[in-house]
Amino acid sequence: MQYKSQAVAKPYFVAAIALFVAQILFGLIMGLQYVWGDFLFPYIPFNVARMVHTNALIVWLLMGFMGATYYLIPEEAETELVSPKLALAMFWIFLVAAGLTVVGYLTVPYARLAAMTGNDLLPTMGREFLEQPTITKLGIVVVALAFLFNVTLTVLKGRKTAINTVLLIGLWGLAVLFLFSFVNPHNVVRDKFYWWWVVHLWVEGVWELVLGSILAFVLIKVTGVDREVIEKWLYVIITLTLVTGILGTGHHYYWIGTPEYWQLIGSIFSALEPIPFFAMTLFAFNMVNKRRREHPNKAATLWVLGTGVMAFLGAGVWGFLHTLSPVNYYTHGTQITAAHGHMAFYGAYVMVNLALISYAMPILRGRAANSNKSQVAEMWGFWLMTVSIVFITLFLTAAGILQVWLQRVSDNPLPFMVAQEQVSLFYWMREWTGVIFLIGLLVYIWSFFIPGEEKAA
Amino acid sequence: MSEAFTTSTARNIFYGGTLFFLLVFLALTYQTEQSIPSRDRREMLADAKVVAGKKIWETNNCIGCHTLLGEGAYFAPELGNVVKRLGSEEAVKAFIKSRPPEGVPGRRSMPQFNFTDQQLDEIAAFLKYVSEINSAKWPPNIQG
Ligand code: HEM
Ligand code: HEM
Ligand SMILES: [Fe+2]
Repeated sequence: MQYKSQAVAKPYFVAAIALFVAQILFGLIMGLQYVWGDFLFPYIPFNVARMVHTNALIVWLLMGFMGATYYLIPEEAETELVSPKLALAMFWIFLVAAGLTVVGYLTVPYARLAAMTGNDLLPTMGREFLEQPTITKLGIVVVALAFLFNVTLTVLKGRKTAINTVLLIGLWGLAVLFLFSFVNPHNVVRDKFYWWWVVHLWVEGVWELVLGSILAFVLIKVTGVDREVIEKWLYVIITLTLVTGILGTGHHYYWIGTPEYWQLIGSIFSALEPIPFFAMTLFAFNMVNKRRREHPNKAATLWVLGTGVMAFLGAGVWGFLHTLSPVNYYTHGTQITAAHGHMAFYGAYVMVNLALISYAMPILRGRAANSNKSQVAEMWGFWLMTVSIVFITLFLTAAGILQVWLQRVSDNPLPFMVAQEQVSLFYWMREWTGVIFLIGLLVYIWSFFIPGEEKAA
Repeated sequence: MSEAFTTSTARNIFYGGTLFFLLVFLALTYQTEQSIPSRDRREMLADAKVVAGKKIWETNNCIGCHTLLGEGAYFAPELGNVVKRLGSEEAVKAFIKSRPPEGVPGRRSMPQFNFTDQQLDEIAAFLKYVSEINSAKWPPNIQG
């Protein structure tokens, strides 16, 4: 570790992985409820499990991004973090707020939680992914501001590189767009319209900037390729991202009451969104092929290449599958959407987080790379989780195609619940594959505890 | 990539391209705001029941199981057109009211929310309002 203050990243990484476990456990609960309808009912209804599953995901990815930023900024800016103490204080505030929110979800009915937390004063709850009580949202804003203040000042006093500049643009964009979570018009069409400014402009906009810069950072470190080359790629990728992704928001404005010209704009621009993801794939493989050093951390390189491939498959290929409006007319809001959501989130944001953690964690623990044995276990975790998510996606896609056919296309459209029963075989297969995913995650965690002495940092 | 195409060229294209498409997006947002009054049935929001109904929808996290105009969770049926599917607001209220508190053994069950009659009126008014929004002929059929 080159700078002492980089050490604040470590608790962020540990908490992120702990929340990842919680996310998967609640995913398995829901997956079981899909086929065993009253499992845990009425104690943990499906919607409660879903909030925990998706909010834990978002929070842990954000924790990972923050940890990554605290790790990467001092090295890029070549100076210590302005305030490691503030970074640590924010960690605890964020963790406690997230913990209390989950306890709230699980212990009181949602309507009571809304009443207890003063949702009436500023109603923001009860919208998908933005279920957090308004006070939790305000807490997130405070944490984000303190975080941005800390890292922005660090960059301002140090070296400015393409990597830290792009990262900061991504993070500021992330925080600014989150403010739209406080916009909740009575008018359902307008509510939905601005809701996507958080959700779509995050994952298909500013988060991709964060993804690109983390990927670029790890690639410089593990391949030793010239910064000049890597930074040029980075700018090309993020240009493609925003040029396609901003107007690509239109792929969510087909059927929510917005004007019909969005069908054309949304289809055209979102159909181009796979291009930046494909560029990332090429980027990762090209840089690794041109490597000038053999970094001892093979696992980190594997995660980086995996991100390149899986982000393209999940976001690019599975996104394209249902993004053209004539297709989306039939697939909108089905298991096809869920299939895409899983592989895209995993392939892009889970994997890039794990790539950085894989690279940084050994260094934070005082060695260049883990022992061979530990890396082998980590790679088992990689393959078990990645192959599982591929199969989960395939099973959900199969369920989705059947669902669309039975419920929306056939001559005698079946009611939703009847169609669901027809495809339950695929939900069982998804659930068993999910168990293998959990095993992969446990193997991954176990790899941290395998002693790693071999190479000093 | 070639020598003539430098990092600073790439950076300038990034800033220029992003700014351009951001402005186009904001212009389209303005245009959308201007044109939706003819599609979004905003006059129905004058009825306080519809507004109250949206709040009940939100504070009970209905979106955590159902879709509304295709967005939400995929565990339970689409509700954007439920008033049409069940035939009337009365039928929707009767359904919500009749959910068994302990669920239906072995089947996906909807919670019993113990709504008052007024709350039931409000949530039904909200769902009626959503069913009137012009959603470009989506969903493909009444099953949602
Ligand atoms: C890493 C990037 C991406 C992530 C994490 C992601 C994630 C998601 C998620 C979670 C949803 C469901 C939202 C909801 O619950 O309503 C969704 C919807 C959608 N995504 Fe993506 N996505 C990504 C990239 C893309 C790309 C590049 C495309 C197009 C090529 C795309 C096309 C779509 C479409 C069309 C929908 C709407 C599906 C529907 O109508 O039900 N996504 N995405
Ligand atoms: C491995 C076991 C997993 C299982 C059994 C599982 C199960 C589920 C289920 C049942 C849903 C709700 C679908 C619905 O609304 O009806 C869901 C939603 C979701 N899960 Fe998972 N999940 C798992 C892992 C993951 C992972 C690893 C990720 C991310 C990397 C993830 C991200 C999501 C997202 C983003 C949604 C919302 C999707 C949407 O709105 O379209 N899940 N999951
Ligand atoms: Fe999108």
